[in-house]
Amino acid sequence: MKFTSLLATAAMALGLATGAMAQDKTKVGFVYVGPVGDGGWTYEHNKGRLAVEEHFGDKVETVFVESVPEGPDAERVMTQMALEGADLIFTTSFGYMDPTINVAKKFPKVKFEHATGYKTAPNVSVYSARFYEGRAVQGTIAGRMTKSNVVGYIGSYPIPEVIRGINSAFIHARKVNPDVQFKIVWAYTWFDPAKEADAAKVLIEQGADVILQHTDSTAPQAAAQAAGNVITFGQASDMSEYAPMPRVSSIIDNWAPYYIARTQAVMDGSWATVNTWDGIGAGMVGIGEISDAVPAEVKAEALALKDAIASGSYHPFTGPLKKQDGSDWLAEGETADDGTLAGMNFYVEGIEGDIPN
Amino acid sequence: MIVLEKRPQPSRAWSMATPLVAVLATMFFGGLLFAALGKNPVEAIGTIFWEPLFGEYAFYYRPQLLVKGAPLVLIAIGLSLGFRAGIWNIGAEGQYIMGAIVGAGVGLAFYPMEAFYIFPLMVIAGALGGWAWAMVPAFLKVRFGTNEILVSLMMVYVAEQLLASMSLGLLKNPEGFGFPGSRNLQSYASAHNAELIEGTGMHWGVVAALIAVIFAYVLLNRHMTGFHIRLTGEAPRAARFAGVKPARLILFCLGVSGALAGLAGLFEVSGPSGQVSIDFNVGYGFTAIIVAFLGRLHPVGILLAGGLMALTYIGGEIAQGSLGLPAAAIQVFQGMLLFFLLALDLLTNYRIRAARKEVA
Repeated sequence: MKFTSLLATAAMALGLATGAMAQDKTKVGFVYVGPVGDGGWTYEHNKGRLAVEEHFGDKVETVFVESVPEGPDAERVMTQMALEGADLIFTTSFGYMDPTINVAKKFPKVKFEHATGYKTAPNVSVYSARFYEGRAVQGTIAGRMTKSNVVGYIGSYPIPEVIRGINSAFIHARKVNPDVQFKIVWAYTWFDPAKEADAAKVLIEQGADVILQHTDSTAPQAAAQAAGNVITFGQASDMSEYAPMPRVSSIIDNWAPYYIARTQAVMDGSWATVNTWDGIGAGMVGIGEISDAVPAEVKAEALALKDAIASGSYHPFTGPLKKQDGSDWLAEGETADDGTLAGMNFYVEGIEGDIPN
Repeated sequence: MIVLEKRPQPSRAWSMATPLVAVLATMFFGGLLFAALGKNPVEAIGTIFWEPLFGEYAFYYRPQLLVKGAPLVLIAIGLSLGFRAGIWNIGAEGQYIMGAIVGAGVGLAFYPMEAFYIFPLMVIAGALGGWAWAMVPAFLKVRFGTNEILVSLMMVYVAEQLLASMSLGLLKNPEGFGFPGSRNLQSYASAHNAELIEGTGMHWGVVAALIAVIFAYVLLNRHMTGFHIRLTGEAPRAARFAGVKPARLILFCLGVSGALAGLAGLFEVSGPSGQVSIDFNVGYGFTAIIVAFLGRLHPVGILLAGGLMALTYIGGEIAQGSLGLPAAAIQVFQGMLLFFLLALDLLTNYRIRAARKEVA
């Protein structure tokens, strides 16, 4: 009897204490799909979380749960965060979309931010990055650097996000090198070092001397290093440990500015539902240091393209462009609208092979 | 010198006690692990085992224990029948996926029609999907003598590829803007495996798991097939003399475990999960193997083991969120549980003795 009442008092005291703390601090939760040490996608989101902590210091408290499967487990983790007083929760994988909406309904006062999805609510915003802008820069370097004119591409899943990247890289590789061909391998995973390494080896055996990847591990970098004379690009994270060769540059997800801005908005009470899709200009997509393995004039060309995209004077999907089947897509000078880009399910003219489904 | 001496008969007392001792050992060594990571071990263990049941938010976590535990128990019950007879179905994960795909497929085929018979049809289809997937290793074993461990495991990878294909192709939500994943069955009333009583976590999968426990108990203790299963596992030669037909037993055990895994998948996809998606499966089929052994292949034991496993999952997540423990530490903790259980199993069959030094 005594023991239980003691516990009850302790629990109450604890509850009061955390309640009081929650008053002063803004609590921000992060739900990760992979381990924070994946070196790619989740690693960068976690860097964003650390940036929030550093920026606000004592004014915030952040919590995170890693390797959360998409589905009911994610729903439970989000609910747990909301119950324990989180004011703002970032859910950082596409598969968290429906769970985020479900939990948001139950906690109307908690703000939710879902990465890469499309469902919003009064307390749910969505955000994503225009990685295809980085792919344009990557494609330019790839087109210039390839000697075999074969560029290998490791796709994860045939979804709009990935197809957009392939198209953007291809368009810009072709622009500087009309003979370039893309060989695409679908790994059907976001993170599986063994499969990614196999895919890279297959592509290299088929003559590719540039490997682009839309998967998160550094295994393709290692495979390229072992093969020699093959160049790669860091994906999601800088992967600079493979510079200057094979990694000649990278596309870096930089979530920190967004996470800081949204946390600030919650503190100010100015948070509102938004649909954010930022690119190089806003700093959400970064281009990693272009290494010395790239000739100076190619580097200059790539950086000029980057600047043009950043300033908004150039859109990576500018006509004239045709679809793979030869039908017209964009007329001369026309740029793609976001709706088409968001649901992109076709290759542009010149890419060989079909999108699997 | 310490020697192991084989017991003439497995010790009943140790057989009952090892799961408890294993849990205690896991708590102790897990505590050391957490301490090494710089966390208060008592607080960490307390968070994992206490918070979900009696903590401040237990009203939310208790129903979640049912949601998490039900598929584990349902699958483990099926597996335990085969395991008792020495028939090793390692591919429950694949059968779980197939149950979900086939069951959800039947439901989605009716969309947007509303009718009372849709959900029952999905349940039947889910069970058949899992059953059919398990029949592949069963048939190959009976007909060609292949190893069911390998075949059933390989079939998991085939099922995973099929799941990805379904999420991106045939079952993809036509209103999903080209993104992968099926329609959400939670918003399709006739196909939704909703909570039977709001806020309790009780859905049809939980009911099915409880029925499976009772069914397995009766089967093993009161039925000829159950007797044959036990006999084959304990004394294969005697079983042959008693007229047990091995082929029939293989088909039965793999079939039942496949059907139950399929049911678990169906109840999950139509309820807590809601949609067929690329990463729908989260390892219930493999974790259920641990649950089956943790529960000593006994129906009631499995029920308790499923609850315990669910507790470590949910408590583990809480510990991650509130104490900042890494996910890997929680996984090591769960791994320890099986490790200690298997290690301590030795005591069931062997006695530890201090051997007297022999004079040369």
